[in-house]
Amino acid sequence: MTTVQKAYKPLPMEHYIENYAMMPAVDDHFRYCPGCGLGLAQGAIVRAFDYLKLDPSKIVTVSGSGCYAVMGQYIKAHQFHGPHGAGAAAATGIKLANPELTVICLQGDGDAVSIGAGHFVHGARRNIDITVIVFNNFVFGETGGQGGPTTPYGTKTETTPYGAIENSFDICQLAAGAGATYVARSTVYHAWHLTKCVANAIAHKGFSVVEVMQNCHELWGRRNGMPQASQMLNWYRDSSITMAQAKEMSPEQVRGKFVIGEFVRSDRPEIGEEYAKLIARVQKKG
Amino acid sequence: MPTKAPSAPRKARDIQVVVNEQRCRSCGICIDLCPEKVFIAEKPLLKAKVVDLPACTGCRLCEWLCTDWAINVVVK
Amino acid sequence: MGNEAICEGAIAAGVRFYAGYPITPATEIAEYMSRRMPEVAGKYVQMEDEIGSIYAVMGASGAGARAMTATSGPGIGLMQEGIGSAAAMEIPLVVVVVSRPGPGAGDATGSGQCDVMQARYGPNGDNAVIALTPSTVAESFWLTIKAVNLAERFRTPVILLTEGLLGHMREVVDLPDYGKTERVERPRPSGPPEKYETYALHKTDEISPMADFGSKYRSVLHYVPNHVYGGRTGQDALKFTLNHFHAKIESRRDEITMAESLYTDDAEVLFVAYGTQARSAHEAMDRLRARGKKAGLLRLITLWPFPYEQVRQAARAAKVVLVPEMNTGQVQGEVLKALRRHPAEVLGVNHLHSDPIAPEEILDKLTGVL
Repeated sequence: MTTVQKAYKPLPMEHYIENYAMMPAVDDHFRYCPGCGLGLAQGAIVRAFDYLKLDPSKIVTVSGSGCYAVMGQYIKAHQFHGPHGAGAAAATGIKLANPELTVICLQGDGDAVSIGAGHFVHGARRNIDITVIVFNNFVFGETGGQGGPTTPYGTKTETTPYGAIENSFDICQLAAGAGATYVARSTVYHAWHLTKCVANAIAHKGFSVVEVMQNCHELWGRRNGMPQASQMLNWYRDSSITMAQAKEMSPEQVRGKFVIGEFVRSDRPEIGEEYAKLIARVQKKG
Repeated sequence: MPTKAPSAPRKARDIQVVVNEQRCRSCGICIDLCPEKVFIAEKPLLKAKVVDLPACTGCRLCEWLCTDWAINVVVK
Repeated sequence: MGNEAICEGAIAAGVRFYAGYPITPATEIAEYMSRRMPEVAGKYVQMEDEIGSIYAVMGASGAGARAMTATSGPGIGLMQEGIGSAAAMEIPLVVVVVSRPGPGAGDATGSGQCDVMQARYGPNGDNAVIALTPSTVAESFWLTIKAVNLAERFRTPVILLTEGLLGHMREVVDLPDYGKTERVERPRPSGPPEKYETYALHKTDEISPMADFGSKYRSVLHYVPNHVYGGRTGQDALKFTLNHFHAKIESRRDEITMAESLYTDDAEVLFVAYGTQARSAHEAMDRLRARGKKAGLLRLITLWPFPYEQVRQAARAAKVVLVPEMNTGQVQGEVLKALRRHPAEVLGVNHLHSDPIAPEEILDKLTGVL
C-alpha cells in the first residue's frame, strides 16, 4: 500500500491548477459561495491527484446532487453527474465495467448518507475499490440549508428552526461498521492533512472513505453563530483532535470535537478482484 | 538607532504574494487567518490586498486556504 | 424459457454487464445472468435494490459496457428516476420489465400487460421512450438483440416489456452463431481530443458521439438537460435539449416502430394486439376467417413510439377494431387516438387479473357487433 509518507514539497497552487483543474471562464467563478470549504476540498483533491501522478483520462468523478456536484466540472477527469444519491452504486458499475479506472465519488452528506445511505453501506460491504469523499457541511446546501442526518444535535437549520432533535450519523463509524477498508476524517482547514488522506484513500485498494468537515457559513454557520468562513475555519482548527489525543480525554471532553485521522486501514476481499478470480475459475472449468 | 524595521525571519529569498483580484470574492479568510496580518480588506469591494509583505514568513496559509484559488505565493 | 431467451439475446448482442435485484417473475434473468456472465467474461452484480441496479447499469454503460437490468412492475417504479436520468444523460441501456398485475404486490407469480403507460410516462418530465414487446420465446431472444442495438444507436434507455406468462413459458428457439449477430455500436468520437465536447449538437435530431470513461476524450455525462453547446444558455438550452430527446427518436421512427400485419388489407374486423395476447387474437382471427369473416391482426412489436400510422393503415377497411389487453385499455386509448377520424368502432377486452384472455372471450365480444 503506497502512502504519502516521504517528504513531499508542496508546489504553488498554479502547478496543481495547470495539471488537474479546469478553471471557469475568465469572468466567472467557482459556483460555490465565497469562502465555501468546497473550494478548499477541491484543492486537496487536485493536489492528491498530482502527488499520485494520476492520468486524468483514467479518472472518473461521480457526483449526485448538491452544491458540490459541479466540482467535477473544475477537475480534469471524466464525469458522471447523475441523480441524487447515485454515488456508490453508479461508481460500482463504472469500476466493475472497467477496473483500470480510478473512480472517485464526490458526495455531500445528504447524497452519501441520507438518500444514498443504502448504496454507501453496500459499497462498503462489497469493498469495491473506489474512493468516496463526503463533504459534511451539516446541511442540504443546494436546496437552501435544510437539516439532514449529520446536523449536530440542537443546531438550527431551515427545517430544524427550534434546534435539531434527531441523533446524527458518525459517518466514519458508519463506513467502518459497513466494512470500508480505509476510513479517515479531516477538515478543510487542515489543507495538507486532507491532501494526505485523499491520496491515501485513492491509493488504497478497497472502499475508501474520507469524511471532510466542510464549512457552510452561509447556511449552517449563519444560523448557528458563525456567519463568516474564517470563524468556521478557526472552529475546525480549535476543535479538531487526533485519535491519540482523544484517547487521553474523557467522553465529555471529546463531545463536540472533531476527531481527525486515519481510523481504518485494512485488507478484505474486494469485489472487483474477486470477480476477476471468479471469471478465471469459471472459464477454466468450461 | 536602527534605520530599518526588522522583517520576518526567512532565508534570504524574495517572497511574493499575488492576489488574483478577479478571482477574489472577498470571503475574508486570508485577511482573518494570516498570522502576520499581511492582508487588509480593501474598500469598497473588500477584496484582499497585500499591505505588509515584509511581515510575510512564506507559510502559505493564505494560498492553501483561499477558497477561490486566488492567491499565489512565489518564493524565489 | 422466455426469461432465459432474453438473457441469451443479451449475450448475443454483446451485453457484458448485468446488475439487478430479485423480483418475481423476473428473477430467472438475474439467476441465469449470474451463471452466464462469468462464462463470457462479463460482470454480474446483485445490487442492494432496484435503484442501485439502474445506477450501476448507467455507470457501466458510461464506461463503455453494454449493460442491462431486469425487474417487474414494482421494481420499474423504483427505477424511474434512473431511467429518466439515463435518458437525460443519453446513456444506452436496456431495462427488461416482466409484468405482473398491480398495484402493490399485485399477483407476484402472475402475468400482466399493465406497465405500458408506466414505461411511457414513468419518469418525471415528458420524454420520448422506446419500448418493445415480444409475443413468443423466440421473439424474446431476437427483440432483446434489437433492444440493445436501438439503445446503442439512439443513446437512450430501451424498455423490453414482457409478461410473467411469456417469461416463464418454454418454447424451442434456434440460436444463431453469436459471432455473426448484428451489433450496432454507439457513435464514438474521432478527431482531436481537445475539440471533443459531450453533447455537441447543432440540430435537435442529431445524435452526438459518446466517449467511454477511460478514453482520451473527456466524457461528461450530465443529467441536467441543458446542452449548452453552441453557446446556448438558459431556456434556449433547455428547449433545445428537451426537443432533441424527442426529435432524435421521432425523426427515425422507420427504424424503430415495428408491427406485424396479418390479413389486414381487407380486414373488416381488425385486432390490434401485442405480447402474449396477440396469440389469442391470432387464434380468434383464424376462427373468424374459417367462418368466412374478413378478420385481420396488427401485432404491435414496438409499443413506444406508438405505431399510429401502422394502425391507420391496417384499419383501412375495418368496421370494428378490437384491442385485447391485460389492463383497462392502455393501448386501446392510443388506437383511439390513431383512429379519431375513422368511423370504426374501437372495442376492448380487458383483464386485470393474471388469466390470459381466451379466444372465446374475444369472439364473444364481437357477437352482436358483427
